[in-house]
Amino acid sequence: MSILVNKDSKIIVQGITGSEGTFHATQCLEYGGNVVGGVTPGKGGQTALEGKVPVFNSCKEAREEVGANVSLIFVPPPFAADAIMEAAAAGIELIVCITEGIPVAQMVEVKAFVDTTGSRFIGPNCPGILTPDEAKVGIMPGFIAKKGTVGLISKSGTLTYEAAHQLGAEGLGQTTCIGIGGDPIIGTTMLDLLKMFEADPDTEAIIMIGEIGGSMEIEAAQYAKENVSKPVIGFIAGQTAPPGRRMGHAGAIVSGADESAAAKKKLMAECGIIVVESPADIGKTVREALNK
Amino acid sequence: MKIHEFQAKELLKGYGIPIQDGVTIEDIGQAEAAVDQVNKELGAEQYVVKAQIHAGGRGKGGGVKFSTTREAALENIQNILGMTLITHQTGPEGREVKKVMVAEALDIKQEFYAAITLDRSKGMDVFMVSSEGGMEIEEVAKESPEKIVKEAIRPGFGLRSFQARNLALALGLEGSAAKQAIGIFQKLYQLYRELDCSIVEINPLIVTDQGNVVALDAKINFDDNALYLHSDVAAMRDLDEEDPSEVEAAKYNLNYIKLDGTVGCMVNGAGLAMATMDVIEQVGGSPANFLDVGGGANVETVKNGFRIILSDPNVKAVLINIFGGIVRCDRIANGIIEAVKVLDLNVPVVVRLAGTNAEVAKELLANSDVSLISADSFADAAQKVVEAARG
Repeated sequence: MSILVNKDSKIIVQGITGSEGTFHATQCLEYGGNVVGGVTPGKGGQTALEGKVPVFNSCKEAREEVGANVSLIFVPPPFAADAIMEAAAAGIELIVCITEGIPVAQMVEVKAFVDTTGSRFIGPNCPGILTPDEAKVGIMPGFIAKKGTVGLISKSGTLTYEAAHQLGAEGLGQTTCIGIGGDPIIGTTMLDLLKMFEADPDTEAIIMIGEIGGSMEIEAAQYAKENVSKPVIGFIAGQTAPPGRRMGHAGAIVSGADESAAAKKKLMAECGIIVVESPADIGKTVREALNK
Repeated sequence: MKIHEFQAKELLKGYGIPIQDGVTIEDIGQAEAAVDQVNKELGAEQYVVKAQIHAGGRGKGGGVKFSTTREAALENIQNILGMTLITHQTGPEGREVKKVMVAEALDIKQEFYAAITLDRSKGMDVFMVSSEGGMEIEEVAKESPEKIVKEAIRPGFGLRSFQARNLALALGLEGSAAKQAIGIFQKLYQLYRELDCSIVEINPLIVTDQGNVVALDAKINFDDNALYLHSDVAAMRDLDEEDPSEVEAAKYNLNYIKLDGTVGCMVNGAGLAMATMDVIEQVGGSPANFLDVGGGANVETVKNGFRIILSDPNVKAVLINIFGGIVRCDRIANGIIEAVKVLDLNVPVVVRLAGTNAEVAKELLANSDVSLISADSFADAAQKVVEAARG
């Protein structure tokens, strides 16, 4: 088992005819994922990925013609908010937006809009989802992960790779890896995914990689205290980050006392999360937690 | 992006919000003309001289001076312009004051706080007011949170009239002052929304002895992602207020933040970059910078990254920590070799490459004639670079 995506997911790529879209759609297809088409308004009827998949004018068409239920978005920032809403309105069940740099005010509206539909939305500005040996919906390099029993939730792309790499060195793999993005407004939170991993019978331990800024890690930890039976291993990046400075991710900024790495780690530990002090110890700590 | 108080006030004025007005100068030679202009055009006989820097706490740091006469104002301008102002937000090194605003002094009967910003956990904007004007809102939130009144602004609906009324009522305003405040709140939201601000803050919003509601100070930050929609706003950027090496880095799409340690860091990905800094500190070192070379790292980005890191004289050693995903490690290795050759490198460099083509990359580095310290794991790399920095 896994969460969110598997080998049966019918994936379309919005923005498939752009260079980013073409490159990563090809990678997703080569990984073995079921990429069933793409969407570029005005290019419906053409094909993409060297004739391997059809291009549609709209998500609605893609849903009706090939039964798409997952959409991966590479549309440039000025048009990305609209693309997400289009997918949600078309009834696409899972929407993953990779695009970086969407204005925050637009994301506030997107989130409110998607919440009125039945769609689940991941991102934006994230590396996407990888269910090892089944499907890749995003830009994570496929080789970093292998099938296993650890659920991996992260705000950061390369830190996800680092964690998967360390798990591999311990002989562990993942049920699903999800990069949720580090923007101030994101579609799916750590708490949402924590619930899904708790419900997934194959997931035996959960890693939450967070960073400074916001309160999402705390909300997840407080829920986990009462409701999660599996070991949860947490790390917060940015203990050396100065307050008031944006550390790369738009959301990674300490704007209140509770948003610092130290404050978050303390609260997480109080909720029973196994907090990793050094990011070099993530793999080892998961191994120890599973051996208990 | 941040702007100065005088620029924020210009924007407020453009939206019809009454402000404490004044004249902003950069050169001491303009001081007399500025004071006279405030006297003539605004009818002011007393003045406030205010340092213009991108940091809060200016008053406590000695950057805001009340001046009862023309002479006192001139003396205060003389003292403040060019001073190094240290506040809790500038860091211990302070910031040189390059612009000064001479403003009309107003009689203050009441002071309030008003601001709009994003509430991340709710996913919507929130309008906040407090009767504790003039204080740091963080302190109010800690000491007496009940004194902060909030109205959540629902996406798609905007700030409704009843919400603006509720905010004015919460401040205990009545009659004409309430009416003025309601108008100001609505205009403030309009500005926040139309210009894609990340925060607008009026602290304090005052009621004068004459019963006028006026913005005495103003702070506005903008959403960087939306600047492409507002070229007039983008033009207000003041590079004097930013670290020159950070400005330089941004030209090459490098995300660099200067810190005060001795270990330079070059990393791909913001999360991994922060985590690398953390490990350096945990093994007893101190990071000299945050540097995310991004997903498309190549020879040029590595070269420019090196140049910017090494422009900081405090740097005693450099750690390159790259996890190759889409970025191939062999390309990074070639970038490092080339960069080391062209740059006159006089500090030790520790390299840790993992992920796509890491093995090929390690061979490339080992077979090259450049001198590098190779590390296998994250922990190993941090240990080695901190030792190297100690010399």
